[in-house]
Order: sequence, then C-alpha cells, then structure tokens
Amino acid sequence: MDWSYLGTLDYRRSLALQELRREKLRAGQVNEALLLLEHPHIYTLGRNADRADILAGSDWLQSRGVKVEECDRGGQVTYHGPGQLVGYPILDLNPDRRDLRRYVRDLQEVLVRVLAEVGLAAEPRSKSPEIGVWVEGKKIASLGVHVSRWITTHGFALNVNTDLSYFAAIVPCGIQGVEMTSVAELTGRNLPLENLAALCVHHTAEVFQRRPLAMTSEELMA
Amino acid sequence: MATEVIMPEMGESIAEGTITKWLVQVGERVERDQPLFEVSTDKVDAEIPSPASGTLLVVHHGEGATVQVNELVAIVGEPGEQPETQSVAAPAGVEAPVVEASEPVEAAVEQPVLVAESAPTQEVVVGEDSQLVDRIRQFSSPLVRKMAAAEGVDLSQIQGTGIHGRVTKQDMQGYLERRSAAPPSTVAPPPAAPASPMRTAEVVTAARRASVGDFQVAAYHEGDNVEIEPMSNIRRLTASHMVYSKATSAHVSTVFHVDLSRVAKVRARAKQGFAQTHGTKLTFMPFIFKAVANALTAFPNLNSSIDGTNIVHKKDINLGMAVALDWGLLVPVIRHADRLNLVGLAKTANDLAERARSKRLSPEEVQGGTFTVTNPGVFGSLFGTPIINQPQVAILGIGAIEKRPVVVNDDDGNDTIAIKTMCYFALTFDHRLVDGAEADSFMNHLRRTLLEETWSELDSFQ
Repeated sequence: MDWSYLGTLDYRRSLALQELRREKLRAGQVNEALLLLEHPHIYTLGRNADRADILAGSDWLQSRGVKVEECDRGGQVTYHGPGQLVGYPILDLNPDRRDLRRYVRDLQEVLVRVLAEVGLAAEPRSKSPEIGVWVEGKKIASLGVHVSRWITTHGFALNVNTDLSYFAAIVPCGIQGVEMTSVAELTGRNLPLENLAALCVHHTAEVFQRRPLAMTSEELMA
Repeated sequence: MATEVIMPEMGESIAEGTITKWLVQVGERVERDQPLFEVSTDKVDAEIPSPASGTLLVVHHGEGATVQVNELVAIVGEPGEQPETQSVAAPAGVEAPVVEASEPVEAAVEQPVLVAESAPTQEVVVGEDSQLVDRIRQFSSPLVRKMAAAEGVDLSQIQGTGIHGRVTKQDMQGYLERRSAAPPSTVAPPPAAPASPMRTAEVVTAARRASVGDFQVAAYHEGDNVEIEPMSNIRRLTASHMVYSKATSAHVSTVFHVDLSRVAKVRARAKQGFAQTHGTKLTFMPFIFKAVANALTAFPNLNSSIDGTNIVHKKDINLGMAVALDWGLLVPVIRHADRLNLVGLAKTANDLAERARSKRLSPEEVQGGTFTVTNPGVFGSLFGTPIINQPQVAILGIGAIEKRPVVVNDDDGNDTIAIKTMCYFALTFDHRLVDGAEADSFMNHLRRTLLEETWSELDSFQ
C-alpha cells in the first residue's frame, strides 16, 4: 500500500487523482494507496445530500472563499478545510473483504485507534445517520465512501485543528444539532497533520493487513 | 441472450440497497463491467457493473427505490429480445424480505422460520443442530435459501465455498447437478450384519451409551389439564443455546463479596451533574464495565474462546450486556469497552438497552461479544450462577447492590461493624480453559479496582 502526505490539494484534483489511481490499480499498474492531505475550504455534497443542508447564503460562501461541489461518495453534506486530515484509501476489497459495512467499520476502527494514540477514547457509531467517529457525544471524524467493483475511493475526514465554525453553516451529515469537535478542542494541543497522517498509515496497515510503502508526493501523483 | 441484473450481495447483514443513480438509460448500450447503476447503503456509495454487454432493455427499479439483495433490477440483452421468463431470481414481491428495517434483530432471529414458512412441504431442521443450521442459513443469500426450499435441500449438507463457508448459488447448482446424476437413495441401507459376536464389555458399553441419550420425561400425559403454546423464536433459540452451552463448557462458579462503597459515593456525588452534562443517567454498570474491561486486559484468558484444541485469543474486548425484555433476553454488545471512558460506557450501555427494548438494534449489535455481564441483582437476586454465553468462556453476574453491615478493622486495629455498599459478584467460567486460581485472580483484580479506583474523570462533578 503506497502512501504519502500530499499537503494541501484542491478537491477536484484529488478526485481526478483518486480515479486515476483506481483505474491503474484495476489494470494492475500500481499498488493500493492511502492518500493523506488537506483541502482548501469546501462544502461537498454526497449522493444523499440535500442542498438545503447548506445553511449559508452564496454571499457568505463567496466572502469566505468556500466552494461547493457535488461528488459521488455516499453520505450527505460535509465540510473540508485547513486543519482537517483527509484520508483517501484506494484499496481493492477483492476477494476477501467484499463487505461494505465491514469496510466502513474497518475505517472507523482505524480512526478509533489513531485517536487512542492521542489520548482520546473515541466511539464508532455505525447506525445511520450517525455513522462516523464520536468523542464525548461530539463528532470528530466523518466518513463517505465510494466503491467501484470493490475498489474504494473517498474515505474519511478527521478534524485535527479544523476551524469548527465552518460546520455551523451546514447541517453536517444531515443530522440537525450535531456538534462537531476536533483533536485540538479536546486535547488543547495543536498536533501537526503529518503526525496524525503517520498514525493513520500505521493503523490502516494494521487493520487492513497491508504493508505500508512510503512514497514522495510526486511519485504518488505521477 | 438476455441477462438479468440482480441487486448484488454487498456484505453480511446488508439486505438491501437504495438505487441512487442510473448511469445508463434504457435503450442505451452497455459493455460488460461498465458501471450500470449506483447503490447507496449507509455511508457507502457503490457502482454496480453490468454483468454482460448489450442494451439496457428493462429497468425494474428507478432511482430512489430500495431493493432487496438478489432481487431483479434490470435486464440487459439485444434490442427486440424477449427477456427470459424462466429465471432463478424471483421477481419483486415473491421473495420474502430478509431483514425488516424496523425490527432488525427480531427479523434476523426469525430468518430460519421464513424459510420454513415459504416451503411448508419442506422439513426444516430446527432442533438439535439449530445453531449450525441457522448460521449457515443466515450466511446464505435469499436466492440460495429459496432454491434450497424449492429443491428440498438441507443447506447444512452442502459444503459452502463462499465467505465464511457460505453456500453460494454455484455451490447449490453443483450440488443439484451431482444429486440428479446420482441414483436416488430410496432403498434402505441393508441391515448391518454382525460380523462377529460382540464381547460382553462392548455390549454393556453400547447399552449404556444408548440408555443415557434415550432418557426422556414426558411433559404431560394424555388427558392432563394443559394448554400447548408454541415457543417464540427467541425463546426457542435461547433454549437451544442454553442446552448447547451446558453441554459444551465445564461450568464452574465462584462468588466474591465486593465493596462498592467508593463507587456509590462517587456516583451519588456525580450523577446529577452527569445527567445534565451528558444527557444520560449514571448507573453502577459503567463503573463495573470499566473494572471488568481492566481485569480482562490483565487476564486475557477470560476473553477468549475454544476452537477444537486451539485457544482463540480475542484481541478486542467486546462486553455483552444481558438485557431482560418482556419477550425474552437479548445481549447487545459494547464494542471495545476497554477504550471507552465512563461517559462512553454509560452512553453506549444506556443506548443499547433502550434500543433493545424498542426493538431497534441491528443484528451486528448483538454479535461478537467476548465476555458477558448479566445483572440479576436488579430483580433482587443476591447471586446466581449464570450460564456461559457461547463461544465465550466466562460470564459475570452482578447481584443486588445494597447496604450491609461488614466487619472492618479500624486504624487502631479494633474490629468494628461498618455500613458498606456491598454486592455479590458471581463468575461462571469454563474450566476447560480457565482454572480456579486464575478465575479468582481475575475476581480479585475486579474487586480491587472497584474498591480503590478514585474515578478522577468524574472529579468535575461536585
């Protein structure tokens, strides 16, 4: 499983990269991958999203430089932005992991283990619409997955040092009144995204029984 | 030839998917493996590829429709071609729904019976081997179960090649082919001729073996004043499980008197603030779960299973909590209990109990437990000797929590009688794997944690 921390990457470019890697993986030209990165401010709408869940007006969105995109992952509306660690595992679930719910559970397990390493007792919630990872009744990480012939794209978004006020402008995951939190808010520490990225790699490898192979961002995006 | 497109299997316990988008329109050409439509289930969006090249002739379910696994979704073929009517995939409506969304757990429990009801002429074994049979049935798709019912096949007789030994459609077809090739075995096997006269000891052994299993007591006699009521499914499964457990494990119980005075004090101080802050009540159970999880970490043998002559060490600590309901007993599971703090344990436990009562648990929430805690104390029991929840190797019963006079030794070395909040903890363990010394060490660990832990995470509640 190739991995790299790619720094800040535009949402559309990350979609193109994921699709490229997926097709190359299907053709047997590249290894599976875990892309780790952060996005500039953006609200994304999953397949089940309702535009009404974006509460902010277009003026506000423009003034703060926030884009809105529709995409082909499961789930509803969410926010990505600086300080949030986004992980896109491009894994082939053939032949032994062909179970969508198990895949979601495994991703949650990765996040629970990562959070345990920064001292947080996180709880995976697997009941729709609360699917995600929660700490003390607040949501810290969101999931949204796309599977094409059992190859995965999209993934998870973990709030590390995220400016949580951006979530106030949407109804995250379509759940009214959900409170979002972040590692920084809960621990009072500003951990670099790279550190959490490394933990994500370690635990993804453990949970999915993959061997991690570090790549430069140039290699991974080639 | 026209090819049917069915809703594919997307994983265990996923019975249906919602079609979110058709990527190809009726009349358009599609290549084999080209994404045909998208399905959404929970947080996952999946592309379903076309099983064949051709033209999309018929679409049975539009966007937004929720479709059962293995149900017919569309037909791909050549223009003008008549879709085949003879098909294994049942059209919508004929297939019994596998899991009712409103009552997932009940539905999962009832699954084996749905098979029986849909094929009344077919004898379905639910008796002695129901555990195994149920499991194999649950792991088979509705299509396979339907084929089995139609063909009068006992699924447990087929070697499954699917995930977890699941019987696949191919297995079923192979079995049916082999069966039709082999001559029907209607002829009774010839009586075994005694090759040589048995020696006396063998005769005696054989006789004894026969007599033990044969002993039965009739539940009632002809003419007795009785009324017969069939067991509910949950009752029947519980009954089978209990007898199976007793026959499997070497049950031994040990009882400890546990001082919960400190827990009671901390709880009394924190419970109001806790309820206000976290919106859920703070009972004694989260403290006990926390202490149990700690003790299991220290004594992992009690968090394992036996598989033949192997010991299966369970790396996760998933605590089953028995919930008594009007209609039976359910044991939802607190996953990774060792990673949750008191808040997490309280919330999870209260949520599971609440949803168990309102029949809103999903099937996976009652699976995968590695150790069980049961609480007969709420009914006033001082202690009981619970039966192990298979395939686990131990179960802890919590007796009534009450103030009792206890002899304590004061600072000056004088004996005095104090009022303490006390409780009997009864551990039943499987002596095949756990010896008494280890079980008692586990219990001492548990007792010490509850006696000494200061529960500083609740310090903010004064």
